[in-house]
Amino acid sequence: MPSDPLLRVENVSKTFRTRGKKLRAVQNVSFTLEAGKTLGIVGESGSGKSTLGRMVLRLLESDKGKIVFDGVDLTELKKNKLRALRQDMQIIFQDPRASLNPTMTVRDAIEDAMAIHEIGTKASRRERVVELLERVGLPYEVQFAYPHELSGGQLQRVGIARALSLNPKLIVCDEPVSALDVSIQVQVIQLLRDLQKEFNLAYIFISHNLAVVEYLSDEVAVLYLGEVVEQAPADELFKKPTHPYTRVLLNSILKIPDSPENRQTMVSIQGEVPSPLNPPSGCAFHPRCSFATDACKTVKPERKKVSEHHIAACHLVQ
Amino acid sequence: MSGPLLAIENLHVQFARSEDQVYAVNGVSFSIHENETLGIVGESGSGKSVMLMSSIGLLRENGKITAGTANFQGRDLLKLRPKQLEDIRGRDIGVIFQDPMTSLNPVMRIGDQIMEAMLTHQYAGRKEAFERTLHLLHEMGIPDPKARFKNYPHEFSGGMRQRIMIAIALACEPQLLIADEPTTALDVTVQMQILALLQELRRKRGMSVVMVTHDFGVATNFCDKIVVMYGGQIMEMADTDQFIRKTMHPYSLGLKRSIIEVGHRGKAIVPIPGAAKTMTQAPAGCPFAERCPYRTERCDNEVPELRKLNADHYIACHRAEEVASLAV
Repeated sequence: MPSDPLLRVENVSKTFRTRGKKLRAVQNVSFTLEAGKTLGIVGESGSGKSTLGRMVLRLLESDKGKIVFDGVDLTELKKNKLRALRQDMQIIFQDPRASLNPTMTVRDAIEDAMAIHEIGTKASRRERVVELLERVGLPYEVQFAYPHELSGGQLQRVGIARALSLNPKLIVCDEPVSALDVSIQVQVIQLLRDLQKEFNLAYIFISHNLAVVEYLSDEVAVLYLGEVVEQAPADELFKKPTHPYTRVLLNSILKIPDSPENRQTMVSIQGEVPSPLNPPSGCAFHPRCSFATDACKTVKPERKKVSEHHIAACHLVQ
Repeated sequence: MSGPLLAIENLHVQFARSEDQVYAVNGVSFSIHENETLGIVGESGSGKSVMLMSSIGLLRENGKITAGTANFQGRDLLKLRPKQLEDIRGRDIGVIFQDPMTSLNPVMRIGDQIMEAMLTHQYAGRKEAFERTLHLLHEMGIPDPKARFKNYPHEFSGGMRQRIMIAIALACEPQLLIADEPTTALDVTVQMQILALLQELRRKRGMSVVMVTHDFGVATNFCDKIVVMYGGQIMEMADTDQFIRKTMHPYSLGLKRSIIEVGHRGKAIVPIPGAAKTMTQAPAGCPFAERCPYRTERCDNEVPELRKLNADHYIACHRAEEVASLAV
């Protein structure tokens, strides 16, 4: 490695305990992320993608593993030291309404974030709010509005402005466009991409929407029941999907056909995502996999190299 | 061929808010025939859901139908009393919603809920209803029907709950199924399973389906006919193959260009500028004019009629012919 990446995650795991049962949310996930780049994390509900995002920011403690951000091992860091670092790591959520105080104006909400981190004076912070709102494409008056007066798209822009106010190096984007209408989704995605270039931001982009992940990411990790089943540079993953689960995901997407002959037939895959309270033995995907052999039922597949930067955890990979 | 199964004519719906009126549906007409799958597509606030739900008597309390007719089997649904509508819903028209949890009874065994649908509508006696429930559960792809009959909704996954809701909706073998965003809350692999199930059931029973969805991918692959709504009006209505071959309305074209799909990496995506507005006045012009690249003065001052351009292709745009030639 020529230089240290901005973020290195090594073998992090998280198990929740509920009513005496163990819920395996994330298991042995590793990746690195360079400054200014995007790692996309895709998976269905229960795949552990949001848990992983929160662990990276230590909003949630991992059970084991290592998270090194900007040269600092977060897992070793005391809580009081963590606050200073939080400024560099921000998060935006699917529902910005839920993360904004309903009794605070937009200006106060953004200013508050800066005040907590003791950035500037009140006057300079207010100036910055105006700048930030303009940068994310909101009109001047929005600063005086309350969250309930704004649309979903506008609120997400406010969430982005608030994250930006601290000049972060990394933003975890947890399903940031999933609740938005398609015509608004693109606007927000283009904004995120422009901001990335302008401020050299690194993103962890968490989504169930493969198309959006492909569009934005440099590298993509596919999660199934808390484990990375496939990981590769975005071009390669979508051109050469290797893990049967990745292929199933891709085949389940209904694209607008380019000609009537290409209308898709509804072909359903067997079974449902198993409960993370009771994950299957061997390869977690085997009960739904049409290629499963006896080995898949008992032996957990190792991560194997498909090519230089492409890994898949499947017995069929040679 | 006989007439349409359901024909909606010139429907207008308004909502009263504390200070103003929202013009949610502004003169919508369309029909669905036997054995047909119709997709009603639009973004939030387009009126797609309100339009359909109000026609079968499912309108929020502050909503009012101000004009229109909805003919179903020779009767205008909009003139019926709530009791009569209840009788038709669930017997002749099945309805499924986005979130099964809000329409399933959480404290009632799912088998009893399916049976209840048949008993309420006197479709079957107790014994027959029980047998039929087991059969329906099996048909919906729910393993071990006898055991699952006794389970409560929370004991099922989201996809399984949607299957139970379909079983309830189809228990009395309706001719028409109305599905309001039936797969929106589901993961893609589960969405595929539910759509495959719906398609199979539709073919087997020869019923018609009207599906409300915000997802053009779902509509264009699943439905025979497409209705695109914006600002409470139909912008484009076409046979799906026709719509795929040649989308014509500036709004539909804009949406198609702005949807990010797999394979779009590295391509420029052109977003539709601005956002849809809540209409607090009766439309004076085209509701899409403000965001439309082809806007002229006429678009602001004259509501475009939905007019026939080709066989099976209707457009509400003053400049439809020009746009069609420009957009190739």
